[in-house]
Amino acid sequence: MGTDSVESNDTVHLNLEFGGGLEILFGSIKCHSVDIPLNSGSEKLKMEHLLVWVRDNLLQERPEFFMKEKSVRPGVLVLINDCDWELCERLNATLENNDTVVFISTLHGG
Amino acid sequence: MGRFCDICLQKRAALRRPKTLQQVCKDCFYLAFEEEIHQTIVENQIFKPGERVAVGASGGKDSTVLAYVLTLLNKRHGYGLDVFLLSIDEGISGYRDDSLETVKRNEKQYGVPLLVVSYKSLYGWTMDEIVSEIGRKNNCTFCGVFRRQALDRGAVMLGANKLVTGHNADDMAETILLNLLRGDIARLSRCTSIITGEEGALPRCKPFKYTYEKEIVMYAYFKKLDYFSTECIYSPNAYRGFAREFIKDLEALRPRAILDIIKSGESFRISLDVKMPEQGVCERCGYISSQKWCKACVLLDGLNRGLPRLGLNRTRTSKKSSSVNEDGYCGENKDHHVRPGKLRGNVPRSSLDF
Repeated sequence: MGTDSVESNDTVHLNLEFGGGLEILFGSIKCHSVDIPLNSGSEKLKMEHLLVWVRDNLLQERPEFFMKEKSVRPGVLVLINDCDWELCERLNATLENNDTVVFISTLHGG
Repeated sequence: MGRFCDICLQKRAALRRPKTLQQVCKDCFYLAFEEEIHQTIVENQIFKPGERVAVGASGGKDSTVLAYVLTLLNKRHGYGLDVFLLSIDEGISGYRDDSLETVKRNEKQYGVPLLVVSYKSLYGWTMDEIVSEIGRKNNCTFCGVFRRQALDRGAVMLGANKLVTGHNADDMAETILLNLLRGDIARLSRCTSIITGEEGALPRCKPFKYTYEKEIVMYAYFKKLDYFSTECIYSPNAYRGFAREFIKDLEALRPRAILDIIKSGESFRISLDVKMPEQGVCERCGYISSQKWCKACVLLDGLNRGLPRLGLNRTRTSKKSSSVNEDGYCGENKDHHVRPGKLRGNVPRSSLDF
Protein backbone atom coordinates (compact mmCIF):
# COMPACT_ATOMS: atom_id res chain seq x y z
CA MET A 1 0.00 0.00 0.00
CA GLY A 2 2.41 2.67 1.24
CA THR A 3 5.26 3.93 -0.86
CA ASP A 4 7.73 4.71 1.91
CA SER A 5 10.87 2.68 1.98
CA VAL A 6 11.21 0.03 4.61
CA GLU A 7 13.12 1.36 7.60
CA SER A 8 13.67 -1.90 9.32
CA ASN A 9 13.63 -5.39 7.96
CA ASP A 10 11.94 -7.01 10.90
CA THR A 11 9.18 -4.58 11.92
CA VAL A 12 6.43 -2.69 10.13
CA HIS A 13 5.36 0.70 11.42
CA LEU A 14 1.58 1.25 11.36
CA ASN A 15 -0.94 3.83 12.51
CA LEU A 16 -3.95 2.14 14.01
CA GLU A 17 -7.25 3.82 14.82
CA PHE A 18 -10.19 2.44 16.73
CA GLY A 19 -13.60 4.09 16.61
CA GLY A 20 -17.34 3.67 16.92
CA GLY A 21 -16.98 2.52 20.53
CA LEU A 22 -14.24 -0.04 19.82
CA GLU A 23 -11.69 2.26 21.47
CA ILE A 24 -13.15 1.27 24.85
CA LEU A 25 -11.41 -2.09 24.45
CA PHE A 26 -8.11 -0.26 23.99
CA GLY A 27 -8.05 1.88 27.11
CA SER A 28 -10.25 4.48 25.39
CA ILE A 29 -7.30 5.51 23.22
CA LYS A 30 -8.30 5.93 19.59
CA CYS A 31 -4.95 6.31 17.82
CA HIS A 32 -2.00 4.01 18.29
CA SER A 33 1.36 4.25 16.56
CA VAL A 34 2.92 0.81 16.62
CA ASP A 35 5.79 -1.28 15.29
CA ILE A 36 4.71 -4.79 14.46
CA PRO A 37 7.38 -7.48 14.40
CA LEU A 38 7.29 -9.72 11.36
CA ASN A 39 6.91 -13.42 11.91
CA SER A 40 10.23 -15.14 11.53
CA GLY A 41 10.70 -16.19 7.96
CA SER A 42 7.99 -13.92 6.50
CA GLU A 43 8.79 -10.75 4.63
CA LYS A 44 5.34 -9.27 4.57
CA LEU A 45 2.86 -8.32 7.23
CA LYS A 46 -0.65 -9.51 6.49
CA MET A 47 -3.89 -8.35 8.06
CA GLU A 48 -4.42 -11.81 9.51
CA HIS A 49 -1.19 -11.47 11.47
CA LEU A 50 -1.94 -7.88 12.48
CA LEU A 51 -5.29 -8.85 14.02
CA VAL A 52 -3.67 -11.47 16.21
CA TRP A 53 -0.91 -9.04 17.23
CA VAL A 54 -3.47 -6.36 18.12
CA ARG A 55 -5.51 -8.80 20.13
CA ASP A 56 -2.47 -10.09 22.04
CA ASN A 57 -0.61 -6.82 22.52
CA LEU A 58 -2.95 -3.85 22.37
CA LEU A 59 -6.38 -5.05 23.39
CA GLN A 60 -7.12 -4.69 27.10
CA GLU A 61 -10.45 -6.44 27.53
CA ARG A 62 -13.18 -8.55 25.94
CA PRO A 63 -11.38 -9.97 22.87
CA GLU A 64 -14.71 -11.44 21.66
CA PHE A 65 -15.87 -7.89 20.91
CA PHE A 66 -12.94 -7.46 18.54
CA MET A 67 -12.40 -10.81 16.89
CA LYS A 68 -14.44 -13.82 15.87
CA GLU A 69 -12.47 -16.84 14.79
CA LYS A 70 -9.65 -15.55 12.59
CA SER A 71 -11.23 -12.29 11.53
CA VAL A 72 -12.79 -9.22 13.08
CA ARG A 73 -16.17 -9.64 14.67
CA PRO A 74 -18.89 -9.14 12.04
CA GLY A 75 -20.07 -5.56 12.31
CA VAL A 76 -16.56 -4.17 12.71
CA LEU A 77 -15.54 -2.20 9.62
CA VAL A 78 -11.91 -2.16 8.55
CA LEU A 79 -10.26 0.45 6.34
CA ILE A 80 -6.71 0.21 5.08
CA ASN A 81 -5.44 3.64 4.03
CA ASP A 82 -9.04 4.86 3.88
CA CYS A 83 -10.12 1.97 1.69
CA ASP A 84 -12.69 -0.65 2.74
CA TRP A 85 -10.73 -3.85 3.34
CA GLU A 86 -13.40 -5.76 1.43
CA LEU A 87 -11.75 -4.28 -1.67
CA CYS A 88 -8.26 -5.38 -0.68
CA GLU A 89 -8.39 -9.06 0.13
CA ARG A 90 -9.32 -8.64 3.78
CA LEU A 91 -7.19 -11.03 5.88
CA ASN A 92 -4.82 -11.50 2.96
CA ALA A 93 -4.12 -7.80 2.52
CA THR A 94 -0.44 -6.93 2.81
CA LEU A 95 0.53 -3.99 5.00
CA GLU A 96 3.50 -1.73 4.46
CA ASN A 97 5.39 0.80 6.51
CA ASN A 98 3.31 3.80 7.60
CA ASP A 99 0.02 2.36 6.45
CA THR A 100 -3.05 3.40 8.41
CA VAL A 101 -5.56 0.79 9.50
CA VAL A 102 -8.88 1.92 10.94
CA PHE A 103 -11.31 -0.31 12.84
CA ILE A 104 -14.83 1.00 13.44
CA SER A 105 -17.56 -0.77 15.31
CA THR A 106 -21.05 -0.41 13.89
CA LEU A 107 -22.55 -2.14 16.88
CA HIS A 108 -22.72 0.67 19.39
CA GLY A 109 -25.65 2.97 19.97
CA GLY A 110 -27.84 4.45 17.32
CA MET B 1 -3.99 -0.42 -6.70
CA GLY B 2 -5.90 -0.44 -9.96
CA ARG B 3 -9.30 -0.59 -8.29
CA PHE B 4 -11.48 2.00 -9.88
CA CYS B 5 -14.98 3.10 -9.07
CA ASP B 6 -17.67 1.03 -10.84
CA ILE B 7 -19.74 4.17 -11.37
CA CYS B 8 -17.40 6.95 -12.54
CA LEU B 9 -14.62 4.57 -13.69
CA GLN B 10 -12.11 7.27 -12.79
CA LYS B 11 -11.50 7.60 -9.10
CA ARG B 12 -10.11 5.05 -6.70
CA ALA B 13 -12.81 2.89 -5.10
CA ALA B 14 -13.18 3.42 -1.35
CA LEU B 15 -15.75 0.86 -0.35
CA ARG B 16 -17.84 -2.05 -1.44
CA ARG B 17 -21.55 -1.34 -1.20
CA PRO B 18 -23.31 -4.18 0.64
CA LYS B 19 -26.55 -3.53 -1.22
CA THR B 20 -25.17 -3.81 -4.74
CA LEU B 21 -21.65 -5.21 -4.22
CA GLN B 22 -20.41 -2.34 -6.39
CA GLN B 23 -17.03 -0.88 -5.56
CA VAL B 24 -17.39 2.88 -5.48
CA CYS B 25 -15.32 5.99 -4.82
CA LYS B 26 -16.21 8.38 -2.01
CA ASP B 27 -17.98 10.95 -4.20
CA CYS B 28 -20.08 8.39 -6.05
CA PHE B 29 -20.88 6.74 -2.73
CA TYR B 30 -22.09 10.00 -1.18
CA LEU B 31 -24.36 10.71 -4.11
CA ALA B 32 -25.76 7.16 -4.31
CA PHE B 33 -26.30 7.04 -0.54
CA GLU B 34 -28.09 10.40 -0.40
CA GLU B 35 -30.16 9.90 -3.54
CA GLU B 36 -31.38 6.45 -2.49
CA ILE B 37 -32.69 8.01 0.71
CA HIS B 38 -34.28 10.75 -1.39
CA GLN B 39 -35.96 8.07 -3.54
CA THR B 40 -37.27 6.33 -0.41
CA ILE B 41 -38.66 9.64 0.85
CA VAL B 42 -40.31 10.46 -2.48
CA GLU B 43 -41.68 7.00 -3.26
CA ASN B 44 -43.24 6.67 0.17
CA GLN B 45 -44.44 10.27 0.26
CA ILE B 46 -42.97 10.67 3.70
CA PHE B 47 -43.16 14.47 3.77
CA LYS B 48 -45.41 17.24 2.55
CA PRO B 49 -44.11 20.75 1.83
CA GLY B 50 -44.26 23.06 4.82
CA GLU B 51 -44.18 20.30 7.42
CA ARG B 52 -42.29 20.62 10.68
CA VAL B 53 -40.15 17.53 11.13
CA ALA B 54 -38.59 16.44 14.42
CA VAL B 55 -35.52 14.19 14.14
CA GLY B 56 -35.24 11.90 17.16
CA ALA B 57 -31.58 12.60 17.93
CA SER B 58 -29.60 10.48 20.37
CA GLY B 59 -26.20 11.73 19.30
CA GLY B 60 -25.45 8.24 17.92
CA LYS B 61 -24.40 7.42 14.36
CA ASP B 62 -27.82 6.81 12.84
CA SER B 63 -29.61 9.91 14.06
CA THR B 64 -26.55 12.09 13.45
CA VAL B 65 -26.32 10.95 9.83
CA LEU B 66 -30.10 11.27 9.47
CA ALA B 67 -30.08 14.88 10.70
CA TYR B 68 -27.20 15.68 8.34
CA VAL B 69 -28.69 13.98 5.25
CA LEU B 70 -32.22 15.24 5.85
CA THR B 71 -30.97 18.81 6.15
CA LEU B 72 -28.96 18.35 2.96
CA LEU B 73 -31.81 16.77 0.96
CA ASN B 74 -34.25 19.39 2.23
CA LYS B 75 -32.03 22.04 0.63
CA ARG B 76 -31.04 20.09 -2.45
CA HIS B 77 -34.53 18.97 -3.43
CA GLY B 78 -36.56 21.82 -1.95
CA TYR B 79 -38.72 19.71 0.39
CA GLY B 80 -39.75 22.91 2.16
CA LEU B 81 -39.42 21.33 5.62
CA ASP B 82 -38.60 22.91 8.94
CA VAL B 83 -36.25 20.41 10.57
CA PHE B 84 -35.68 20.19 14.34
CA LEU B 85 -33.53 18.00 16.55
CA LEU B 86 -35.35 16.38 19.45
CA SER B 87 -33.35 14.70 22.19
CA ILE B 88 -34.50 12.88 25.26
CA ASP B 89 -32.52 13.27 28.46
CA GLU B 90 -33.21 10.09 30.36
CA GLY B 91 -31.10 11.28 33.26
CA ILE B 92 -28.28 8.73 33.01
CA SER B 93 -25.16 10.41 34.29
CA GLY B 94 -21.97 9.51 32.50
CA TYR B 95 -23.87 8.40 29.44
CA ARG B 96 -26.65 10.67 28.29
CA ASP B 97 -25.04 13.89 29.44
CA ASP B 98 -22.07 13.09 27.16
CA SER B 99 -24.22 12.19 24.17
CA LEU B 100 -26.31 15.33 24.66
CA GLU B 101 -23.12 17.36 24.24
CA THR B 102 -22.78 15.72 20.82
CA VAL B 103 -26.32 16.71 19.87
CA LYS B 104 -25.67 20.27 21.04
CA ARG B 105 -22.65 20.41 18.72
CA ASN B 106 -24.81 19.02 15.89
CA GLU B 107 -27.29 21.83 16.51
CA LYS B 108 -24.56 24.35 15.69
CA GLN B 109 -22.89 22.28 12.94
CA TYR B 110 -26.09 21.74 10.94
CA GLY B 111 -27.91 24.92 11.97
CA VAL B 112 -30.93 22.90 13.16
CA PRO B 113 -32.71 23.99 16.37
CA LEU B 114 -32.64 21.50 19.26
CA LEU B 115 -35.17 20.70 21.97
CA VAL B 116 -34.14 18.51 24.91
CA VAL B 117 -36.95 16.91 26.93
CA SER B 118 -36.08 15.15 30.16
CA TYR B 119 -37.69 12.21 31.95
CA LYS B 120 -37.37 14.27 35.11
CA SER B 121 -39.54 17.05 33.71
CA LEU B 122 -42.10 14.70 32.12
CA TYR B 123 -42.31 11.96 34.73
CA GLY B 124 -40.63 13.33 37.84
CA TRP B 125 -37.99 10.59 37.75
CA THR B 126 -34.55 10.29 36.16
CA MET B 127 -33.37 6.86 34.97
CA ASP B 128 -30.68 6.95 37.65
CA GLU B 129 -33.42 7.36 40.27
CA ILE B 130 -35.55 4.64 38.67
CA VAL B 131 -32.61 2.23 38.62
CA SER B 132 -31.85 2.93 42.28
CA GLU B 133 -35.49 2.04 42.99
CA ILE B 134 -35.95 -1.04 40.81
CA GLY B 135 -32.43 -2.35 40.25
CA ARG B 136 -30.88 -3.23 36.92
CA LYS B 137 -33.18 -5.96 35.80
CA ASN B 138 -36.19 -4.31 34.20
CA ASN B 139 -34.86 -0.79 33.81
CA CYS B 140 -34.84 -1.02 30.01
CA THR B 141 -38.59 -1.62 30.01
CA PHE B 142 -39.10 1.66 31.85
CA CYS B 143 -36.65 3.50 29.68
CA GLY B 144 -38.10 2.18 26.42
CA VAL B 145 -41.72 2.91 27.30
CA PHE B 146 -40.88 6.33 28.64
CA ARG B 147 -38.68 7.28 25.70
CA ARG B 148 -41.28 6.47 23.10
CA GLN B 149 -43.81 8.68 24.81
CA ALA B 150 -41.25 11.38 25.58
CA LEU B 151 -40.39 11.64 21.88
CA ASP B 152 -44.06 12.07 21.03
CA ARG B 153 -44.52 14.71 23.71
CA GLY B 154 -41.39 16.56 22.69
CA ALA B 155 -42.50 16.54 19.06
CA VAL B 156 -45.86 18.00 20.10
CA MET B 157 -44.00 20.75 22.01
CA LEU B 158 -42.12 21.54 18.78
CA GLY B 159 -45.40 21.68 16.87
CA ALA B 160 -44.03 18.91 14.64
CA ASN B 161 -46.13 17.10 12.03
CA LYS B 162 -43.74 14.17 11.69
CA LEU B 163 -41.21 12.41 13.84
CA VAL B 164 -38.34 10.72 12.00
CA THR B 165 -35.97 8.21 13.56
CA GLY B 166 -32.67 6.74 12.42
CA HIS B 167 -33.70 3.08 12.36
CA ASN B 168 -31.69 1.44 9.61
CA ALA B 169 -32.08 -1.70 7.49
CA ASP B 170 -30.08 -3.80 9.95
CA ASP B 171 -32.32 -2.67 12.83
CA MET B 172 -35.40 -3.50 10.81
CA ALA B 173 -34.17 -6.98 9.84
CA GLU B 174 -33.36 -7.60 13.48
CA THR B 175 -36.80 -6.49 14.67
CA ILE B 176 -38.53 -8.71 12.09
CA LEU B 177 -36.52 -11.70 13.27
CA LEU B 178 -37.19 -10.96 16.94
CA ASN B 179 -40.92 -10.59 16.40
CA LEU B 180 -40.90 -13.82 14.42
CA LEU B 181 -38.95 -15.62 17.14
CA ARG B 182 -41.39 -14.41 19.77
CA GLY B 183 -44.54 -15.13 17.80
CA ASP B 184 -45.52 -11.52 18.19
CA ILE B 185 -47.85 -11.39 15.21
CA ALA B 186 -49.25 -7.94 15.91
CA ARG B 187 -45.81 -6.36 15.85
CA LEU B 188 -44.60 -8.55 13.00
CA SER B 189 -47.37 -7.20 10.81
CA ARG B 190 -46.56 -3.57 11.35
CA CYS B 191 -42.86 -3.45 12.17
CA THR B 192 -41.91 -3.15 8.50
CA SER B 193 -44.05 -0.07 7.86
CA ILE B 194 -41.97 2.90 6.87
CA ILE B 195 -44.62 5.18 8.37
CA THR B 196 -46.57 4.26 11.49
CA GLY B 197 -49.26 6.09 13.38
CA GLU B 198 -50.61 7.87 10.31
CA GLU B 199 -54.06 7.86 11.84
CA GLY B 200 -52.78 9.86 14.81
CA ALA B 201 -51.49 13.38 15.13
CA LEU B 202 -47.85 12.46 14.89
CA PRO B 203 -46.79 9.83 12.33
CA ARG B 204 -43.35 8.28 12.78
CA CYS B 205 -41.13 7.60 9.80
CA LYS B 206 -37.95 5.67 9.12
CA PRO B 207 -36.19 7.15 6.08
CA PHE B 208 -33.23 4.77 6.65
CA LYS B 209 -35.41 1.69 6.41
CA TYR B 210 -33.42 0.42 3.41
CA THR B 211 -30.09 1.96 4.40
CA TYR B 212 -27.35 -0.40 5.53
CA GLU B 213 -25.66 0.26 8.85
CA LYS B 214 -22.29 -0.25 7.19
CA GLU B 215 -23.00 2.59 4.78
CA ILE B 216 -24.24 4.88 7.56
CA VAL B 217 -21.03 4.33 9.50
CA MET B 218 -18.85 4.69 6.37
CA TYR B 219 -20.67 7.89 5.45
CA ALA B 220 -20.18 9.31 8.94
CA TYR B 221 -16.51 8.28 8.88
CA PHE B 222 -15.66 9.70 5.46
CA LYS B 223 -17.63 12.90 6.13
CA LYS B 224 -16.10 13.15 9.60
CA LEU B 225 -19.50 13.62 11.21
CA ASP B 226 -19.45 14.05 14.95
CA TYR B 227 -21.25 11.22 16.74
CA PHE B 228 -21.27 9.50 20.09
CA SER B 229 -20.75 5.76 20.38
CA THR B 230 -20.84 4.51 23.92
CA GLU B 231 -23.21 1.81 25.02
CA CYS B 232 -25.70 2.77 27.69
CA ILE B 233 -24.33 1.91 31.13
CA TYR B 234 -27.57 0.17 32.09
CA SER B 235 -28.12 -1.79 28.90
CA PRO B 236 -27.90 -5.58 29.15
CA ASN B 237 -28.86 -5.93 25.50
CA ALA B 238 -28.82 -9.72 25.67
CA TYR B 239 -31.64 -10.94 23.47
CA ARG B 240 -31.39 -8.30 20.79
CA GLY B 241 -27.62 -8.59 20.89
CA PHE B 242 -27.98 -12.21 19.93
CA ALA B 243 -30.22 -11.40 16.96
CA ARG B 244 -27.90 -8.59 15.97
CA GLU B 245 -24.91 -10.88 15.87
CA PHE B 246 -26.84 -13.39 13.80
CA ILE B 247 -27.77 -10.68 11.28
CA LYS B 248 -24.16 -9.52 11.09
CA ASP B 249 -22.98 -13.08 10.50
CA LEU B 250 -25.52 -13.45 7.69
CA GLU B 251 -24.43 -10.14 6.22
CA ALA B 252 -20.79 -11.22 6.20
CA LEU B 253 -21.75 -14.25 4.10
CA ARG B 254 -24.30 -12.57 1.89
CA PRO B 255 -24.96 -8.85 2.35
CA ARG B 256 -28.30 -8.99 0.54
CA ALA B 257 -29.70 -11.10 3.37
CA ILE B 258 -30.64 -7.93 5.23
CA LEU B 259 -32.77 -6.54 2.41
CA ASP B 260 -34.24 -9.99 1.80
CA ILE B 261 -35.39 -10.30 5.42
CA ILE B 262 -37.07 -6.91 5.10
CA LYS B 263 -38.69 -7.99 1.84
CA SER B 264 -39.99 -11.16 3.50
CA GLY B 265 -41.27 -9.13 6.45
CA GLU B 266 -43.09 -6.75 4.14
CA SER B 267 -44.71 -9.61 2.27
CA PHE B 268 -46.18 -11.38 5.29
CA ARG B 269 -49.94 -11.38 5.30
CA ILE B 270 -51.42 -11.93 8.71
CA SER B 271 -54.26 -14.43 8.98
CA LEU B 272 -57.62 -12.90 9.77
CA ASP B 273 -57.94 -15.40 12.62
CA VAL B 274 -55.32 -13.55 14.59
CA LYS B 275 -56.97 -11.14 16.95
CA MET B 276 -55.21 -7.82 16.79
CA PRO B 277 -55.15 -5.31 19.64
CA GLU B 278 -57.81 -2.68 19.66
CA GLN B 279 -56.46 0.78 19.95
CA GLY B 280 -57.92 3.22 22.41
CA VAL B 281 -56.81 6.05 24.57
CA CYS B 282 -55.29 5.98 28.05
CA GLU B 283 -57.90 7.05 30.57
CA ARG B 284 -55.27 8.75 32.61
CA CYS B 285 -53.09 10.74 30.20
CA GLY B 286 -54.87 10.50 26.86
CA TYR B 287 -51.97 8.78 25.11
CA ILE B 288 -52.78 6.02 22.61
CA SER B 289 -53.19 2.70 24.38
CA SER B 290 -54.90 -0.63 23.88
CA GLN B 291 -55.42 -0.87 27.62
CA LYS B 292 -57.30 1.24 30.15
CA TRP B 293 -54.06 2.90 31.11
CA CYS B 294 -51.06 3.19 28.85
CA LYS B 295 -47.90 1.36 29.80
CA ALA B 296 -46.12 4.55 30.85
CA CYS B 297 -48.92 5.43 33.29
CA VAL B 298 -48.93 1.92 34.75
CA LEU B 299 -45.17 1.97 35.27
CA LEU B 300 -45.23 5.50 36.66
CA ASP B 301 -48.07 4.67 39.03
CA GLY B 302 -46.05 1.76 40.38
CA LEU B 303 -42.98 3.94 40.87
CA ASN B 304 -44.92 6.67 42.64
CA ARG B 305 -46.67 4.20 44.94
CA GLY B 306 -43.41 2.54 45.85
CA LEU B 307 -44.48 -0.62 43.99
CA PRO B 308 -42.19 -0.40 40.98
CA ARG B 309 -42.85 -3.98 39.85
CA LEU B 310 -46.50 -3.22 39.23
CA GLY B 311 -46.36 -2.84 35.48
CA LEU B 312 -43.77 -5.52 34.90
CA ASN B 313 -45.76 -8.65 35.67
CA ARG B 314 -43.20 -11.22 36.59
CA THR B 315 -45.52 -14.24 36.33
CA ARG B 316 -43.32 -16.93 34.85
CA THR B 317 -46.24 -19.19 34.01
CA SER B 318 -47.63 -16.73 31.52
CA LYS B 319 -48.03 -18.27 28.09
CA LYS B 320 -47.74 -14.92 26.46
CA SER B 321 -44.56 -14.05 24.76
CA SER B 322 -42.54 -11.16 25.97
CA SER B 323 -42.47 -8.24 23.65
CA VAL B 324 -39.83 -6.19 22.02
CA ASN B 325 -40.28 -2.67 23.18
CA GLU B 326 -39.13 0.34 21.28
CA ASP B 327 -35.45 -0.19 21.83
CA GLY B 328 -35.73 -3.87 21.54
CA TYR B 329 -35.28 -4.80 25.14
CA CYS B 330 -37.36 -7.48 26.56
CA GLY B 331 -40.46 -6.43 28.44
CA GLU B 332 -43.56 -8.40 29.37
CA ASN B 333 -46.66 -7.53 27.41
CA LYS B 334 -49.12 -8.32 30.04
CA ASP B 335 -49.99 -5.77 32.63
CA HIS B 336 -52.42 -5.82 35.49
CA HIS B 337 -55.18 -4.28 33.44
CA VAL B 338 -55.51 -7.29 31.22
CA ARG B 339 -58.89 -8.84 31.62
CA PRO B 340 -59.41 -12.59 31.39
CA GLY B 341 -60.41 -13.79 27.98
CA LYS B 342 -58.62 -10.96 26.26
CA LEU B 343 -55.19 -12.40 26.12
CA ARG B 344 -54.15 -12.69 22.52
CA GLY B 345 -52.21 -9.84 21.08
CA ASN B 346 -52.78 -7.64 24.06
CA VAL B 347 -49.99 -5.40 23.03
CA PRO B 348 -50.05 -1.89 24.40
CA ARG B 349 -49.98 0.35 21.38
CA SER B 350 -47.64 2.58 23.31
CA SER B 351 -44.68 0.28 22.93
CA LEU B 352 -44.61 -0.78 19.34
CA ASP B 353 -41.83 -1.16 16.96
CA PHE B 354 -39.94 2.09 17.35
